[in-house]
This record gives sequence, C-alpha cells and structure tokens, in this order.
Amino acid sequence: MAATEGSIALATTATPVSALAALRRRPLFLICVGIVAAFALLALIVPFLPVDPAVLNPLRRLRAPSMLEPFGTDHVGRSVLARTLWGTQISLGVGLAVAALTTLAGVSIGLLAGYIRALDMVLMRVMDAVMAVPAILLAIALVALIGAGPIVIVAAISMPEIPRMARTVRAGVLVLRELAFVEAATICGGRLSTILLRHILPSVAGPVLVQATYVFAAAMILEAILSFLGAGTPPDVASWGNMMAEGRQYLEIAPWILVFPAIALTILVLAINVIGDELRDMLDPENAR
Amino acid sequence: MLGYVAVRLLSAIPVLGIVAVFVFFLLTMIPGDPAQVIAGDFASPEQVQQIRAALQLDRPLAERFVAWALRLASGDFGKSLFSGIPVAQLVGQRIEPTLMLATMTVCIAVVIAVPLGLVAAYKPGGWVARVSMTIAVLGFSLPVFIVAYLLVYPFALGLRWFPVQGYVPLSQGLWACVHSLTLPALALSLLYIALIARVTRAAVLEVLREDYVRTAHAKGLAERRVLVRHVLRNAAVPVVTVVGIGFAALLGGVVVTETIFSIPGLGRLTADSILRRDYPVVQALILLFSTVYVVVNLGVDLIYAAIDPRIRY
Repeated sequence: MAATEGSIALATTATPVSALAALRRRPLFLICVGIVAAFALLALIVPFLPVDPAVLNPLRRLRAPSMLEPFGTDHVGRSVLARTLWGTQISLGVGLAVAALTTLAGVSIGLLAGYIRALDMVLMRVMDAVMAVPAILLAIALVALIGAGPIVIVAAISMPEIPRMARTVRAGVLVLRELAFVEAATICGGRLSTILLRHILPSVAGPVLVQATYVFAAAMILEAILSFLGAGTPPDVASWGNMMAEGRQYLEIAPWILVFPAIALTILVLAINVIGDELRDMLDPENAR
Repeated sequence: MLGYVAVRLLSAIPVLGIVAVFVFFLLTMIPGDPAQVIAGDFASPEQVQQIRAALQLDRPLAERFVAWALRLASGDFGKSLFSGIPVAQLVGQRIEPTLMLATMTVCIAVVIAVPLGLVAAYKPGGWVARVSMTIAVLGFSLPVFIVAYLLVYPFALGLRWFPVQGYVPLSQGLWACVHSLTLPALALSLLYIALIARVTRAAVLEVLREDYVRTAHAKGLAERRVLVRHVLRNAAVPVVTVVGIGFAALLGGVVVTETIFSIPGLGRLTADSILRRDYPVVQALILLFSTVYVVVNLGVDLIYAAIDPRIRY
C-alpha cells in the first residue's frame, strides 16, 4: 500500500494494443474486475428485485438458511438475503464517494504542495497532523459529534485518507517539476493551472489511480467498522456494517446474520485490493515486459 | 546526533500543535448548541447548563482556546462530563491493557511477518511466497472485527482454549494476562502482518539484486548468513519505517478490538467516550494517541542510525 508513494510511472503502457496484451496476461485482474462489476450491477438492479430489506416478520425470526430464505432471517424476521443485497448499494456508494472526494482533495493538495514551495511546508505539516490521528478515531469522532448524515460519513472517512494521496502526488510532482518538459512549459509562459493540470497531472495519474483503488477498499472497511461501533449509517439502514453489528449479539445461535454480509464485504474488498495490486504492477515501468 | 534529535523533536511540535487545534475545534463543529447535543435528548435544563459551564461555552471562542491550551500545557486535561473523574486519572487507569495489547501485537506481527516477507522474496513462487502474499491481501481486506470472530468461533467457542472476552490484569501474573490477550492480539496483528510482510518482501527483493549480495555468495558464505547479515540488515530501514507508520492503524484497531473483546483499555474508553460525547476525554485521548504515534515515529528515525551505519545525523 505504501509502495505507490514516490514511484512515478513516466513510461505508462504505450499503445492500446500492448495494454490489451498486458491484460490478457493477467487473468486475476480480469476475474476481480468481473467480481466488482457483478456487485455494481447488483447495486443498480436491486431496487427492481422483489426483495424488501425492511419487511418484518416476527413469526419467522432467527430462521436458519433454507430454500425459502437462502440466507436465513434476522432477529426481527427480516430477510438476510434482501438486506445483504441492499447493503451492496451502501458499501459501493460510500467507497466510490470516498475515493472520489479523497482523489479530488488529495490531488489538489499534492499538486500545490509539490509545485509551490511556499505552500509545501504548511500543507504537509497539516497532512502530518491528520496522519497522526488514527483513521478510525478521527472518523468516529467526526460522525459521533456532527451527526450521521451521508455527507458527514463520506467526509469523515475521506479525511484520514487524504494525506496519503497528497503525499503520493507530491512525491511525483517533486520529481516532475525538475524535468525538461515542465521547465519548457514554464519558460513558454504557461499558466500555473495549465502546467499543473495539463503537464504534470497526467504523469502522476497512474499512482493516483492505484491509491484511489486502495482508498475505495479501505473506505468500505471503515464504513463497516463505523456502523459496527454504532457511529455509522443510521441503524435502520440495511448496511453490511449495521447487519454485522446486530448479528454480533446472535453470533452463537444465528451466525448467518453476521456471516453473509461479512462474506460479501470480504469478497468485494478483496477484489478491489487485488485490482489495486495488479494495476500497480502493470503501471510499474520495472515490470513492463 | 543530539542536534538531529533536537531538530526532530522541534518538528514534532507543530504537528501536535495542529492536532491540538483540530481537537479543540471539533467541539465547534457540532451543529446547534453543543451543550444540548452533548447532554442528549433527555437532559434537564440544569444538566445542559452544567455542561455549558464545564466547557465554558458562554465565553468567546478565542478566550476559551487560550485558556484550554494553557491548562493543557500545565497537564490539566479537565474532568469527564460523564463521571466527573479527572481525565488524567481516567486515562491512567486504562493504559496497562492497551500497552500490553499493543506490545503483543507488534511482537506477533514482526515475528511472523519478517520471516514471511524474507522467504517470499528469496523463493518467489514457493508455497511460503504464496501464503504470505495471500495474507498480505487478506490483511487489507478483512475488517478487524471479522478477523476477531474468525478466531473466537473456533478457538474460544469451539476448543475453549482462550476466553471469549475479558482481560486479566498484569498483577495476576504475566502468563494469565498474555493468555487473555492472545486472541485480540492475533486479530489485531493481521493487518500489521500484511503491511510488514509486503514491505519486507519488496525491500528484500531490492537488496537481493545488489552486487554485495552476489559477492557474499561468491566468497562462499552460508546461505543463512548471507540472508540475515547481508540482506535482512540492509532491508531493515524500510521495514522499521513501516512498523512506525503502521502504528496509527494499530492504535485505531485497538478501539475496535478492545470493544469486541471487552478489554478495559484506552480503545474501549475512546469508543465509549465518543458515543457518550464525553468531550474532554475524547480530546485527551485523540491527543494522547497522536503523541504516541509521533513519538514512535521519532524513535523509528533514531533506530535508523543503529541499523544502518551509513546514516549519520
């Protein structure tokens, strides 16, 4: 995870043809992309499926998985299958939003800190300070104090992830700004925004993409942990974290309440992390064969 | 050397300063009346007034900040809103379990991860390499509470080798204490193992390409000696760095692990205090955790000189 920092791929895959060939050599990458795509599809079509995560049926509570209820029912008789399916939306939504927000903020800070010396000191000290507070602590403190709305949750999970993204970008910019093509752009009178966005940004895009993938995965875990500790999405929302938090009390008599969302979360996060590793290897010029 | 230590110590001050400012302003981020929010929906007007007085919310912001910073500098962290016990005392009582848990976790992680990473780099494609890289991905993909239940189910509920939860204090014997913390420390160490094994493998791969490793082989040194004396020693700097950086994740994991296993440590205190909105305690704990992180990483920087004689400050 930390390995993306400072490794700048100036020579990214050159042509679409070689990119396709590189993909064919990486079946694991394709499998994991398939898994994530399947989850994404589920998240999109779940509103049209005949599954309701909120229907209570106290007569059928704590039933083991059966033909009728493949994932069993929870402590108030809700369908664990329906809730797991709906939970996909929350996890993927939070992951995507956090990855986007972290990338936006981290890239902006990293570009400015790396290119403008006067800002570097101040911005990076602030980033150091954010990194010094454990992510889980920072996130639960923000959510518990400000209140658990979707925006607060996304912002609270993004905040601890921003410094690493900023450092990745900054490390790249520090190398790039000494190179001839950036110097040329500066001499030609390029505006600051043009130099940063048109000349520097494309060259750091690789490491940023890899880092964003890891952030995506980490965000889904953190969201689950927040719900698990009781400082996440409101308890009535069918998120995997909430399901696992509720299932915790019934672990010995009804493990399926906890097991199915746990499996779903693990598979999805695992697939995204593997995609990140594979992307990193593919973008690393040392591995280019 | 001493000059370097002084410079590093000084550079830690602004970082902790920013954390302190942030921790202070956390309170102002609460929408509406913070006293009312902290007191909860069922509080009487008197209770709300009490909290307002305790936090001096009726004073101007700047004045409050200066007063707070001055008290902090003199070591006064205030009193818990929940129990009225001084924060310093409350935190002091909870340090032992967390210290034991963190120490055990770091020991387990280093003892497992460094050999895994070393062998994975030395024999790529072997089964150790495959196992260690699987652990490396799994460690990042499993939330600590799932790892905890994966351990509790067979080893505590099934085989009954370890307690499901609880903590035996050090005063009742080292072994009993270590026994009660085995499962939590194992659960917490997985992420750390993944992190350290990854970096060890990458660092060892790098060093294995060096000329001096070939020289060591050429002059007929035993394999084990080359690996430990030449390779591992030169790969140690990034490994030690990641042990330091990973400490933030460890401290965060403590909050979750102690909650799951009902360990009365700082992590449990943090989770409880945040959910109770016990604001002075939360402030002190965030500051404490950040300070520990900064100090650990300062220590890591100093260890560099001991491992790598080329580094002189």
